[in-house]
Amino acid sequence: MELSVQDLSVTRGGVPVLEGVTFCIASGEALILRGPNGIGKTTLLRTVAGLQPPLRGHIGLEREAMAYAAHADGIKSTLSVRENLGFWADVFATGDIAPALEAFHLTALADRVAGGLSAGQKRRLGLARMVVTGRPVWVLDEPTVSLDTEAVALFAQAVRAHLAGGGLALMATHIDLGLSEARVLEMGTFKAKAPDPDDFDGAFL
Amino acid sequence: MIALLTRDLRLAVRAGGGFGLGLAFFLIVVTLVPFSVGPENALLSEIAPGILWLGALLACLLSLDRIFALDWEDGSLDLLATSPVPMEALVSIKALAHWLTTGLPLIVATPVFALLLSLPQAGYVPLVLSLFLGTPALSVIGTFGAALTVGIKRGGLLLSLLVLPLYVPTLIFGAEMARRGALGLDMKTAMMMQAGISFGVIALLPFASAAVLRVNLR
Repeated sequence: MELSVQDLSVTRGGVPVLEGVTFCIASGEALILRGPNGIGKTTLLRTVAGLQPPLRGHIGLEREAMAYAAHADGIKSTLSVRENLGFWADVFATGDIAPALEAFHLTALADRVAGGLSAGQKRRLGLARMVVTGRPVWVLDEPTVSLDTEAVALFAQAVRAHLAGGGLALMATHIDLGLSEARVLEMGTFKAKAPDPDDFDGAFL
Repeated sequence: MIALLTRDLRLAVRAGGGFGLGLAFFLIVVTLVPFSVGPENALLSEIAPGILWLGALLACLLSLDRIFALDWEDGSLDLLATSPVPMEALVSIKALAHWLTTGLPLIVATPVFALLLSLPQAGYVPLVLSLFLGTPALSVIGTFGAALTVGIKRGGLLLSLLVLPLYVPTLIFGAEMARRGALGLDMKTAMMMQAGISFGVIALLPFASAAVLRVNLR
């Protein structure tokens, strides 16, 4: 399996933010997207995950191959950790949640109500969801926000396990993820040119 | 899909889930009406079907903005959109969950509330039947409105304005059916129209809701 993205242009609110993004991730590889705030990392990831159509260009894999994790973890605070994770396991029709709980050291918290977790614990629960999706391509947006160094190591371990199983990972971050083997792609080189001010439509963007 | 339904039902009955909100509102409307129109049984029993229908409709409206707003805020709507559940199924399940937590309790409670408005005895079965046929349409149309306004801060007002005109046919035929039933008249036409509206929106609107939700998630 291989995720090849060719000449992709993405827009946010109708304004092109990135142009000509081209990369290729093979099975077992991770790619880290880097760039300043507002460059369009999140927009690119949402486009790759299939949440919005690209302006131009081609994404090599179907959206069914992608598992997406956004800034928000989608955790229901009145459900327990087990219920939260079990729900996603049912939605993605994968069975057991125990390995995912184990991978992010959540087993002891499994029956705790998710609303009572700390920010880092919630993030770990959000990342454990990626394990239960059973999908080959992980699309992660700032995955290590609010994680301590120990949890970052757990995360790196989970990503390595995923890659070892033939998976792929595409991540946007500006913090060190502890994944020294991952390739890094600078987003700054793909920044879209500002629209022509004489363009009638452009004047309203 | 069943997982989604059970999760939504579970969330509704847990703390802060909003289950019973519509029911409490319905109770308030129905108990206050006799105070405002005066203690005349004849007048009350005449307006009872209309009041009960209006109360049920407004109670339904009250909980609409929760259908997608909570999932939108905590990010699970994005995650659901990337899951294997088709968007059309997602909105249909959401509408079903809304009906089970709002419409169904209203239907069950209506006979008790009808007593407070001294509905004629002949009117009970037609009233419950009309609500049973009509409230699914309210949930499905409401889900469409909620999908249109998802992501808008304080979208409740816009949602009400968008949805209320769409509720009018359901209200007219539902109340007409209940009124005719209470008077012992033939209610077949109103019943057919009501059922037609419900089945029509259940069949067609999920596609529209899914389409607007996709656009709103961009």
